[in-house]
Amino acid sequence: MKIGVITYPGTLDDRDAQRAIRLAGGTPVPLWHADSDLKKVDAVVLPGGFSYGDYLRCGAIAAQAPATQEVVKLAAQGLPVLGICNGFQVLVEAHLLPGGLIRNEKQHFICRDQKLRVENNQTAWTNLFDKDQEITIPLKNGEGGYIASKETLKMLEAENRVVFRYLDLNPNGSMSDIAGLTNERGNVLGLMPHPEHAVEPGFGPDTDIAMRSGTDGLKFFESVLKALVNA
Amino acid sequence: MTTEISTRPMHVDTVTQALADPEKSQPWAELGLKQDEYLEIKNILGRRPTSSELAMYSVMWSEHCSYKSSKIYLRQFGEKVTPEMKKHLMVGMGENAGVVDIGEGLAVTFKVESHNHPSYIEPFQGAATGVGGIVRDILTMGARPIAIMDQLRFGAPEHPDTARVVHGVVEGISFYGNCLGLPNIGGETVFDSVYQGNPLVNALSIGSMKHEDIKLAKASNPGDLVILFGARTGADGIGGVSVLASETFDASGPTKRPAVQVGDPFAEKVLIECCLELFHAGVVAGIQDLGGAGISCATSELASNGGKGMRVQLQNVLLRDESLTPEEILMSESQERMCAIVPVGKLKAFVEIVSKWEVEYSVLGDVIDEDRLYINWGDQEIVNVPPRTVAHDGPVYERPVTYPSYQDALNADSSKSLKRAETPAELAEQLLKLISSPNQADKSWITAQYDHYVMGNTALAMPDDSGMVRVSETTGLGVALATDANGKYCYLNPYEGARQALAEAYRNVAVTGAVPRAVTNCLNFGSPENPEVMWQFKEATAGLADACLELGIPVTGGNVSFYNQSGDRAIYPTPVVGVLGVIDNVARRIPSGWQDDGNNIYLLGTSYDELDGSAWAKDLYDHLGGQPPKVDLKKEKQLGDLLHGAAMQGIIESAHDVSDGGLGIAVIESALRFNVGARVWFTEVMERDNIDATAVLFSESQARVIVTVGREDDVKFQALCEARGVPCLRIGVTDKSSDSIEIKDLATFSLNEVREAWRKTLPELFG
Repeated sequence: MKIGVITYPGTLDDRDAQRAIRLAGGTPVPLWHADSDLKKVDAVVLPGGFSYGDYLRCGAIAAQAPATQEVVKLAAQGLPVLGICNGFQVLVEAHLLPGGLIRNEKQHFICRDQKLRVENNQTAWTNLFDKDQEITIPLKNGEGGYIASKETLKMLEAENRVVFRYLDLNPNGSMSDIAGLTNERGNVLGLMPHPEHAVEPGFGPDTDIAMRSGTDGLKFFESVLKALVNA
Repeated sequence: MTTEISTRPMHVDTVTQALADPEKSQPWAELGLKQDEYLEIKNILGRRPTSSELAMYSVMWSEHCSYKSSKIYLRQFGEKVTPEMKKHLMVGMGENAGVVDIGEGLAVTFKVESHNHPSYIEPFQGAATGVGGIVRDILTMGARPIAIMDQLRFGAPEHPDTARVVHGVVEGISFYGNCLGLPNIGGETVFDSVYQGNPLVNALSIGSMKHEDIKLAKASNPGDLVILFGARTGADGIGGVSVLASETFDASGPTKRPAVQVGDPFAEKVLIECCLELFHAGVVAGIQDLGGAGISCATSELASNGGKGMRVQLQNVLLRDESLTPEEILMSESQERMCAIVPVGKLKAFVEIVSKWEVEYSVLGDVIDEDRLYINWGDQEIVNVPPRTVAHDGPVYERPVTYPSYQDALNADSSKSLKRAETPAELAEQLLKLISSPNQADKSWITAQYDHYVMGNTALAMPDDSGMVRVSETTGLGVALATDANGKYCYLNPYEGARQALAEAYRNVAVTGAVPRAVTNCLNFGSPENPEVMWQFKEATAGLADACLELGIPVTGGNVSFYNQSGDRAIYPTPVVGVLGVIDNVARRIPSGWQDDGNNIYLLGTSYDELDGSAWAKDLYDHLGGQPPKVDLKKEKQLGDLLHGAAMQGIIESAHDVSDGGLGIAVIESALRFNVGARVWFTEVMERDNIDATAVLFSESQARVIVTVGREDDVKFQALCEARGVPCLRIGVTDKSSDSIEIKDLATFSLNEVREAWRKTLPELFG
């Protein structure tokens, strides 16, 4: 299965996302922001970073890139799309997901091992998790505070579209502790924390068993491969 | 082009005018030159310099660029070396950064540099561009930057100005480093009123490359093009190296903020990827980053290093501000720029790559087979100099050196006079106070603002003793890096203090299981014009060079920062020493904290009653005097060898260096790392080493490490210690079910309580 990873100028976690796909058993395909050819990939990851320097608003310029526009088109046809951190911001700016992301409540960039609860295991990217499973993956962002109108929040809850919620500590002041959400169809997932940094023992978050041994993020990528095989 | 020229400054000082008007009064003093230096320039040129030439010499002959006061001492880093030490050294001192062979056809380059003065004037931008500058140095060697670290020293925590500096510096590093996508894997944070008006902001970067990818900053082939690319040139940072970095601050003077550069990490991230693609495509014959002294430095150094000359059209420089004068363009320290030497035949390929990354470029001129750097402004010649005289043959001073008048009294004022705690309750209170004092407290308020995950190769990061990153994803080959400097020790005894800095960084690398291989340094001192400061510098450099020789690891490069003082008050001499270690597989690394249940806790090394200059004396009694702890490098080496051997056999579960604050602090840190309790006893150490309870808890004796060993490996481990001649004493056992740390005959601390005391200090001060 081919999973594309888009690189915008200022993207940082593209190679990490490619590694995660490889470790999950997929074939990563690098995609370039200026190229609307998505090379017939089966799914796409919009990785973290500071696309276009986060000028204007985080993700705003990247949302206009030819590659993103093509993603928007194909997402409507069911292409699985994962937006991580800056990628989540791009998805929001591209109106694939509702709401917005603003500066962290405490005004500082924050990097920590973040506990999450899986609220929805029916999406293309979370089908290997148990419902209500608690997972830990790294979080690192400066503008990760999720906001949305009351109506939108209500709709998200009613339609079970909140996929992840922050546990123990809400690191950025996100409304309703929302860490990640999906679209109606469940093929597009955006979240602030970074699953691609918790895929390899020795380089992930600490666990009770050993230092940096957390690999909860790998399931995201394994999930999408499973979804694609079953599709 | 012609329309642009009309808006540009026309009244430029040319070589012809310099000849026609030889006695013209020139602002050499305002540019930071001394009279004899100005006369020397006239002597070199056989006429007065043009204003552009004067600008170039003034920045290139500044203390910051020319190392004129330090050069005679820095030589010993190249002289006190054995052939064995040079074995892994692929590029030594003098280049943008040294390059070290780490095996498997891979090499790393690393360096630490200061950005102290800009970070006081404008903390955010000063610190941000400090990161940007050192990363470009690493990139220039042909390497992909893979990690950064920072060494910070601030004024007294409660001083009203400290929060301004702390917030600005930390956010500047966070902003720039995070946006570049480089993991921040460690560093130091120290608070002391001595750094009040002069914080130290040092930044370290490391990069990796294949052996064949090493690039050098030289222009050796006549006909090759000189291309400036990256950000446009603006009015920021003009004279940064001469006005800011090479003079003492005067609070009453005009603001120096315009001399601080402004950074754009996005531009630099794009530049990094663009350069790596250029290198990969083989279109670049030489490359130099633009940092201090901007175009003046890049052109003269490239030409001088290649033993050739250069012809440059300055009006081809792309500007943000068309009103800049030639002198300003030559001196501007605008960030995110690089200068490449490109063979004519490769120009097309070069342009394709920079265009892909939407990076602007302009061809400034070409390399010529002549020992001359010619710079024209339109059709007027404004610079005509031998490049070597600008770049490398600057003045060299042997500054006066005087043994400080205060030194004997300082050394006589030992901490023996301090009243020691008499009851276990008092000792316990001191220990708690010390672990929550700003210098020993949890630094995660700072480090949580840095991304240490990006790139996915971070094997160790703060609060571990070293940062460690994987270099090869195939084999797990990696490097560990630690930096240390104890300014208090160096103030008491700069020779011993510098040796101690090396010893501690060496030990911090060794506790991870890596083998120390090379050294970098950033020597932060007061004014070289003060003979007492020069004495400190002389002692410290001798101490460091001797210690490197004794440990057998070479200095690969570094940086000197003088004039760190506010008014007459110099900072403590603060030679930050960075040690790089190599580990064949990062999976073998040793954690710094306890994780397992029922492991035996051992103290390696001997404890002495050494409290002078300690955290105990300074933070609890505000006392600084006497002599710093003794450094025995033979013991450090034995200890390092033991740790490596044990790591290879996999018989150590954790290892943590005993340093600032002493054994008590080290034990608590080991427990807090993964929240694992323990029962600990110090009585046998006191008996064996003949010291009292205060000394066993707080002495900062060197060459000591706490390790934990699983019961099944106990016999093997003890035999290893005996064989290597390292003193080893069991001082406790880990207890995963306990949520406290019980120190026999002293107190039982709840881990939650200690953690809270340790954690809350910085958020309360700066949150």
